Amino acid sequence: MKTVIKRRKRIDIGGLIYSFIIGLILTIFVIVTLYPILNTLAISFNDAIDSLRGGIHLLPRKFTWYNYITVLKKDNIITGFYISVLRTVVATVLQLSATALIAYVVSRKDYVFAKPITVLYVLTMYVNGGLIPTFLLNRALGLANSFWVYILPGMVSAFNMLVIRTYINGLPESLQESAMIDGANFTTIFVKIIVPLCKPVFATIALFIAVYQWNSWFDTMLYNRMNDNLTTLQYELMKLLSSVSQLSGSADASRVAAQSGASTQVTTVSIRAAATILTSLPIVALYPFLQRYFVTGLTIGGIKE
Amino acid sequence: MARKNNVNAISVNQGKRKITWKVIKKQKELILLSIPFVVYVLLFNYVPLLGWIMAFQKYKPQKGIFGSEFVGLDKFRELFIGNSDFLRVIRNTLAMGVINLVLSFIFAIGFALVLNEVKHKGPKKFVQTISYLPHFLSWIIVCGILRDCLSPENGIVNELLVSLKILDAPINFFTYKSLFWWIVGFANVWKETGWNSIIYLAAITAINPDLYEAASIDGAGRLRKMWHITLPGIKPTIFILLLINIGWVLNAGFEIQYLLTNGIVQSVSQTIDIYVLKYGISLTDYSLGTAAGIFRSLVSIILIYLGNLAAKLAGEERLF
Repeated sequence: MKTVIKRRKRIDIGGLIYSFIIGLILTIFVIVTLYPILNTLAISFNDAIDSLRGGIHLLPRKFTWYNYITVLKKDNIITGFYISVLRTVVATVLQLSATALIAYVVSRKDYVFAKPITVLYVLTMYVNGGLIPTFLLNRALGLANSFWVYILPGMVSAFNMLVIRTYINGLPESLQESAMIDGANFTTIFVKIIVPLCKPVFATIALFIAVYQWNSWFDTMLYNRMNDNLTTLQYELMKLLSSVSQLSGSADASRVAAQSGASTQVTTVSIRAAATILTSLPIVALYPFLQRYFVTGLTIGGIKE
Repeated sequence: MARKNNVNAISVNQGKRKITWKVIKKQKELILLSIPFVVYVLLFNYVPLLGWIMAFQKYKPQKGIFGSEFVGLDKFRELFIGNSDFLRVIRNTLAMGVINLVLSFIFAIGFALVLNEVKHKGPKKFVQTISYLPHFLSWIIVCGILRDCLSPENGIVNELLVSLKILDAPINFFTYKSLFWWIVGFANVWKETGWNSIIYLAAITAINPDLYEAASIDGAGRLRKMWHITLPGIKPTIFILLLINIGWVLNAGFEIQYLLTNGIVQSVSQTIDIYVLKYGISLTDYSLGTAAGIFRSLVSIILIYLGNLAAKLAGEERLF
């Protein structure tokens, strides 16, 4: 009897240590993940000149809105914000609709061309022309210096198509069959049966497209670098980033370079912190509510046929 | 049961249906709808493949693909012979690809295993939500944050290392060639660990709970259950993802290297994609850039094929 009690006690202590270690690892994980972001937040709300002294960690020392006001007064940031929102919304609507439609078409097992079309799309995941031929094509099509270069080249992604197709194939076949027996045509089945049932997977793909669009900058650099009225927020942020790195070395350099001329001074560091927070805010505010959707999407995508 | 058989019979018949005028007429709605999608994919994904011809030419934009002079494999020779630039670029791409692959696997699996040990739903959900956050930030933002953290002026990493007496004075991490690959690797870990763990956590939930119960009765502790049940349970998932990702090793690496590079570390930071961008777009040697792109594509396809083959031979589920 005595030994039994002793052993149980030891296991409890062991379990306690185990839980403590697990908790410790995850606490470090959370700190490492959050600290850099919270630090940027603090710097964005701290007086720019005061920040140069260092020592800002999680809270601003000399609170100010001035960094944000300066950022929001910059014309190219405002235009960039507008273009970023526009491309995200337009691309999400158009690309999701197109992908859903073709995914449904190839999900129809009775359709004679379903397989060839699927293969045609899936191959694009493994073979592509590469940067230069694509660049030349887009330029030849008149997409350079245009808003549509953000939307058209990625209209249907094979991966997204496969995710939606797999989801549709998982729906009970009898639904479509009975509708067909009742004489429903393609459009009716798509609008009345497929779309309502596919809402979860559509949400997933919409999220993937929106995040990709919001975070893109390379296409802007490649095609619309010279068009101040078509550059995106991320690209404007990149310009701020590179101006900082060119000046890195002495803190004085960035102070002088970014002197606003007004009574309060800003630095590239503080402006960039404010722009970073503004740029990430929309997605960071949204994603926690969409968790179950992207978890579903990734799980389907992981077991694609 | 009878009904089920019936349905199966129909779909088998439909699967083997021959393309006849009657069928085409019946499916004209679907066919008409498919046409724009087929045209689209041919134009945007297959026409660029014609551009590969440029790699075998001395391409001149004013003459076009059909008028430029063919030079055979000269451009490929130019890549490999006479200068070590491209070989160094391949080395960088491979090294960073492998480092990223290994680090991201270790951290994602480790994180999933540790998180799985949290039995309270609230804290688990909280940590999980936080862990996805960096995935949603663009590389522009992540690189900006990284520069701040590693900065010699007030950067948190330098502050920590100095206060722990590991460093005597703050250093500028971005001027050390030996550190660049690891900075890229750990930046990747910071951004994607939570996101990559999603698939492992999903695989863990599919493990039969009876196994854990049986192990508990046999007196196995939590660590042993993790080692002997959870880890073997997700082994197939790990294996498949590993093989697939080996195929993508050369595709790893453009944005972060492009954004973080500077003159001092250029020799270790330049990847194939950056090389293509530099020669192809900036210096407008379209032929050389395309040749480099083709080389990358070919090696990637071989790696992907081998990975797939290995997965098949190992008897795991084939993914494509």
